[in-house]
Amino acid sequence: MDHRSARWRRAAGWVVVALLVVVLAGCAPAESFRQSTLNPKGDLARDIDHLFRITLYAAIGVFVLVEGALLFVLFKFRGRPDDPEPKQVHGNTTVEIIWTAIPALILAFIAVPTVRTIFDTYRVPKGPEVLQVEVIGHQWWWEFRYPQYGLTTANELHVPVGRPVALKMVTQDVLHSFWVPQFAGKRDVFQQRPTVLWFRAEEAGLYPGQCAEFCGIQHGRMAFQVQAEAPAEFDAYVARLKASGAPAPAPAATASAGGVTTASLGAQQGGPRAPAADTTPAAPAVDPLVAQGQQLFLAKGCIGCHSTDATKPMGIGPNLAGVGRRAYIAAGWLKNDDAGLTHWIREPQTVKTGVLMPNLGVTEDEAKALVAYLRTR
Amino acid sequence: MATSVLDHAPAAHAEKSGLWSWLTTVDHKKIGIMYGASAFLFFLIGGIEALLIRVQLAKPDNNFLSPELYNQLFTMHGTSMIFLAVMPLSAMYFNFFIPLHIGARDVAFPRLNAFSLWVFILGGLFLNASFLFGAAPNGGWFGYANLSSKQYSPGLNMDFWVIGLQVLGVASLAAGVNFFVTILNLRAPGMSLMRMPMFVWMSFITQVLVLLSFPVITVALILLMFDRLFGTHFYVPSGGGDPLFWQHLFWVFGHPEVYILILPSFGIISEILPVFSRKPLFGYAAMVFSGCFIAFLGFGVWSHHMFATGMGPVADTVFSLMTMLIAIPTGVKIFNWLGTTWGGSLQFRTPFYFAMGFIAMFIMGGLSGVMHSTAPADLQQTDSYFVVAHFHYVLFGGAIFALTAGAYYWWPKMFGRLLDEGLGKLHFWLMLIGFNLTFFPMHIVGLHGMPRRVYTYPAGLGFEAMNQLETVGAFVLALSILVFMVNVAKTWAAPATAPADPWNGATLEWAIPSPPPEYNFAEIPAVHGRDAYWEMKRGGAPALRQYTGPGEHIHLPNPSFWPLLAAVGVLAVFVALMLHDRTGPLGIVAAVSLLFLSIYNWAFEPAH
Amino acid sequence: MAHADAHAMHPETNTGIDNRKLAIWTFIGSECLFFASLISTYLVYKGKSLVGPFPKDIFEIPLVTFGTALLLFSSLFVVLALNGAERGKRGQMLGWLFMTILCGVFFAGMQVYEFTHFVHKGLTLQGNLFGATFFTLTGFHGTHVTLGVVWLATVFIEALRGRVTPEKAINLEIAALYWHFVDVVWIVIFPVVYLMN
Repeated sequence: MDHRSARWRRAAGWVVVALLVVVLAGCAPAESFRQSTLNPKGDLARDIDHLFRITLYAAIGVFVLVEGALLFVLFKFRGRPDDPEPKQVHGNTTVEIIWTAIPALILAFIAVPTVRTIFDTYRVPKGPEVLQVEVIGHQWWWEFRYPQYGLTTANELHVPVGRPVALKMVTQDVLHSFWVPQFAGKRDVFQQRPTVLWFRAEEAGLYPGQCAEFCGIQHGRMAFQVQAEAPAEFDAYVARLKASGAPAPAPAATASAGGVTTASLGAQQGGPRAPAADTTPAAPAVDPLVAQGQQLFLAKGCIGCHSTDATKPMGIGPNLAGVGRRAYIAAGWLKNDDAGLTHWIREPQTVKTGVLMPNLGVTEDEAKALVAYLRTR
Repeated sequence: MATSVLDHAPAAHAEKSGLWSWLTTVDHKKIGIMYGASAFLFFLIGGIEALLIRVQLAKPDNNFLSPELYNQLFTMHGTSMIFLAVMPLSAMYFNFFIPLHIGARDVAFPRLNAFSLWVFILGGLFLNASFLFGAAPNGGWFGYANLSSKQYSPGLNMDFWVIGLQVLGVASLAAGVNFFVTILNLRAPGMSLMRMPMFVWMSFITQVLVLLSFPVITVALILLMFDRLFGTHFYVPSGGGDPLFWQHLFWVFGHPEVYILILPSFGIISEILPVFSRKPLFGYAAMVFSGCFIAFLGFGVWSHHMFATGMGPVADTVFSLMTMLIAIPTGVKIFNWLGTTWGGSLQFRTPFYFAMGFIAMFIMGGLSGVMHSTAPADLQQTDSYFVVAHFHYVLFGGAIFALTAGAYYWWPKMFGRLLDEGLGKLHFWLMLIGFNLTFFPMHIVGLHGMPRRVYTYPAGLGFEAMNQLETVGAFVLALSILVFMVNVAKTWAAPATAPADPWNGATLEWAIPSPPPEYNFAEIPAVHGRDAYWEMKRGGAPALRQYTGPGEHIHLPNPSFWPLLAAVGVLAVFVALMLHDRTGPLGIVAAVSLLFLSIYNWAFEPAH
Repeated sequence: MAHADAHAMHPETNTGIDNRKLAIWTFIGSECLFFASLISTYLVYKGKSLVGPFPKDIFEIPLVTFGTALLLFSSLFVVLALNGAERGKRGQMLGWLFMTILCGVFFAGMQVYEFTHFVHKGLTLQGNLFGATFFTLTGFHGTHVTLGVVWLATVFIEALRGRVTPEKAINLEIAALYWHFVDVVWIVIFPVVYLMN
C-alpha cells in the first residue's frame, strides 16, 4: 500500500510541475504576444482587462481553496478495505447554507463591476472630435471607410492616438466578428443590423486584429492591422489617401514614396465596373516599369475589382489606394515586401484557397511591374 | 393474441447470441451495450479528427491539412463528440442502469428503446458517410446562418449536417419520452422519488431537458433545411431573413444541451463517490434541487453565447447575472461531493480516481465559465481558444472523466469482468496529464488572442509554444485511450468471474448477478430507503430472492425487427428529402411507405 | 394499439397513469415547444416581408373560421366517442369517432384548398417571409391533423372489428389526447395568424 501511495504522490508532483511549466510559459514578456487581451493599449480593452482580472483573481482564490480541500481529503481520509465503516453522515444544513451563501456573495462582488462595465461598452463616444469609421466585413477581408473624409481603404485601419474612434459595422456577405484584442473586445457584424464598437488608442504602433466569427474556408486568414499613429501622421495619411483621387497632376514624381504618379487612373474610374478598355492612356509615369505595371493593372482586369482611388469605393476587392505602404498584404497575412506581394499577385489561390481573386497567370516579370506600380499607390 | 405467461418462460429467450438477436433485441441491457459500443467508435473517430487538427496546428502556417478539410474536421469533431459520443455514452448508462437502479425488468417501451438506438446509429453513420463523398459538414457544429445557406455553403456538406442532426434528434426525443415514463412509472415498490439513486434523478432531469430543448433545434434545422432545399429565406438577409434568429433558436437549444451532456455525469459521480467513501451522498435533497435549478436556469441563459452580437446593455446585464446564478447550484454540487468524501474511508480504486479527477477538472471549467459570464470579459474570450479550453474542461475534464469513471465502476456489472486496476490507474494518470497538457495552454493562448476555428495561425504572435504543447498533450491523451482499449482487450480474454457486488455497492444493480440475467430481478425488490442495497445488506430491508431454476416464469417482451426497420424508414425519409431533386416525389413516397409499414407492423405485433 | 391485454399484465405504475398515456402527455409537452418555436418564427418575421402578397391581401377569414369550428367540434365528438368506448356503447363510439374523423378530413381538405388558392394568388414558400412562415407553421399543423386522422381511422377500423373494448379504451384515449392537442394548437394558431393583423 505504501509504495502505491508514494507513486501516487510522485505522479501528482509531476502534474504540478507540468502545470507550472505551462503557466510560466504563458507568462513570457507581454511584447512577444502582439495580439494579447492581457496587454491592453486602448481604454475599452483596459476596462475589460480590469474586470477580467477581478474575475481571474476570484477564480484563482476559489480554485486554490477547493482543490486544496480536495487534496486534503485525499490524503487525510485514505482508507483500507478492512477499516470500520465511517460515520454515516447524510448532510448538514448549516454547512450547506454556508457554502451556498459564500459563492453567492463572491458573485455579487463580481456582478457590480460587471454591470458597470457592460454599460461602458455600449457608451459609444459622440461629437465632432470622434473619428467615425464604417467597417464592412467581406469574405475574407475588411473594408474601412472614413465618412468624415470620404475615404475608403482596406485591411489596414489607421487611427490617431488619443482620439476616440467609433466603429459602425456591417457585412457584405456572411457574419464576421471584428476583433483587435489590444483595443476592444469582439463585435459581430451582420448584413442589415449595424453594430457598434469604440476604442481609443493609447500608444502608437501596429496592432494585429482578426475575424473571430467562423466565416468560411479562409476564416483562418482573415486578419487585419490597426495602425495607431500620432495625429499629425494620421493627417498626412488622410492627405495621401485623398490625393489618390486627385485629378491628374503634373507628371513629375513627388518626393514621397507613396507619391501620386499615376493619379489620373483614379479619375478614370467613373463607376465600379468601368471597363478597362475604355480607359485612356494614363499620364506618362516616370519609371517605365511602373507604367508597364499600370498597363497590366488594366489589361489583367485587376481594375475590375480593385479601385486605386480612396475616394471611390468599389467594394468587390480591397481598395488599393496606399497599398504600397501597408505592412501586410492578403488581409494581414503576407508581409508586404516585394516577395510577399509578388507571391500574392501570382498565386492568390495558393495563399488563400477559395478567395474571389483568381490566379491570373501573371508571369514573374509582369508581377515585378505590377508590384512596382502598386508601390506607387 | 392473448399470450400466456407460460409461453414466455426464460427458456423461450434462451437464444441470446447471434447477429439476429442483437438486431431484434428489445433488452435494455443489450441496447445499452450497443449504444456504448457505437458511441465509443464515434468517439474514436472524433478523437482521430482532433489529432489531425492538433497536428495541423502544431506549427504556424502549416500545410498538413487543406483549409477545406480542416473546416470539415473541426465541424465533425464538435458534432461527433456532442451528438455521437457524449450523449450516447450517457444513453448507454441510462439504458443499462436506470431499470436496474429503480428495480424494473425493462424500460417502459422496449421496442421504442430499440428504435432510438437504431435511429442514433443510422444517424451517426449517415453523418460520417459524408466523408466518403468528400462532403463532410464544414460550417461548424453550431452551423451559423447565413454561412450555412446554400449561397455560401453550396454542396451537400451542410445538407448532411442539417439532415443528420434531425435524425439524431428523433432518437433523442424517443429516448427522452421513454426514460421519462420509465422513471416516473416503473419504480419498484417503496422507491419514492426522493429515494431514487442520484444517477436516476440526474438522468430524469436530463430527459426533461431533452424533451424541451430538442424541439427547438428541430424547428431551427427544419427552417434551415427549407432554406437549403426549397429556397425559403428564413435566414437569408436578401429575402428579409435574419441570421441572428438562427442564433437564438440554436442557443435556446444549445445551452440546455450543455446540461444534457453534463448532468448524467453528475449522476455517475454521485453514485461512485459514496460507494468509494463508504458513506452516503452528502446533502441528497440539495443535490436534487441544485440539479433541477441548473436545468431551469439552463433555459434562461442562452444569449450568453451571443454577447458579441451587441444585444444592448440591458440584455447583456440580464444574461450575465442569470449565468452567474448557475454557479451557485453547481458550487453546491461540488461542495456536496467533497462533503461526501469528507470523513469517509476512501477506497483508492480506479473509478474513484476518475471521479476525483472529474471534480478537480470540472472546477476549472466551472470557474472559467464564471469568468465569461461577465459580458465585457466575454467580448475578449468568446470565439477564442479560452472558450475552447473552458468547454473541454467541462466536457472532457467533466463528462468524459465521469463517463470513464462509470465505465470502470460498472464494467463488472455489464460484462462480468473487472477491468485491470494497474492499467486503469495508468489510464487515469496519462489521461489527466494529457488532458491538462492539451487544454490548459488553450486558456493562455486564447487570452493572448488566438481565435478558434482557424486552420492556421501566423508566426510571431506568440502562439507557437502553447500550440506545440497542446499537440503533445493530445497524443498523450490518445495514448491513454489506447491503454483503456488494451485494458478492455486484456480483460475480455479472461473469464467472466466478477462477483455480483465487487465494490460494496449501494444501489440495486449490485444485488443481482454480474452480468444480470435477462429479466434483471427474479423478484421485484422492496425498497425501504435510499441506498436500497446498503439497506438490504444492513438488514433494513429484505434481501433479494435470486433466480431459482428453469421453472421460473418471467414475462419478457418479444424481440422485434420493426424498430430497426422503422429507424431505416426515418433515415430514408430524410435522405429522400435531401435528394428530392434527384429522386423526385417517388423517393419520398417510398420512404414514407416504409416508415408507415414498419410502424403499423410494430403497433400490431404482439409485444409480449 | 392492439395490445392492452399485454399491458394489463404489467404491475401497477407508480403514478397510476398508464405508461402509454403518460408517454403521450410527455410527447405533447415536447410538441408544445415545437409549435412554440414555429409560432415564434411566425411572429418574429411578421411584417418583415419585403414583397407581397401580404396577409390582408389573401386571408379568407370565414372559411378558416368554419374550419376552426369543425376542429373544435371534433374535440367534443372524440370525447363522446371515448365515453362510448369506456361504457361499452359500440354505436356511440363508432358514430362519434366517425364524425371526428370526418371533421378532421374536412379541416385537412379546407387547408389543401386554402394552400392551393394562396399559391394561385402568388403566395409561395420562396416568395416572401410571410409565405415561408405561414406555410411552414400551418403546414406542420396540417401534417399533425393528417397523422391524427390516420391514427383515429386506424382505431376506427379496430373498433369496427370489435377490438376496442372498454378495457382497451386506452387505445382510443391516447389517440384522443393527441387529437385534443392538435386542436388546442390550432386555437392558438388561428388568432395569431389570421386574426391579429
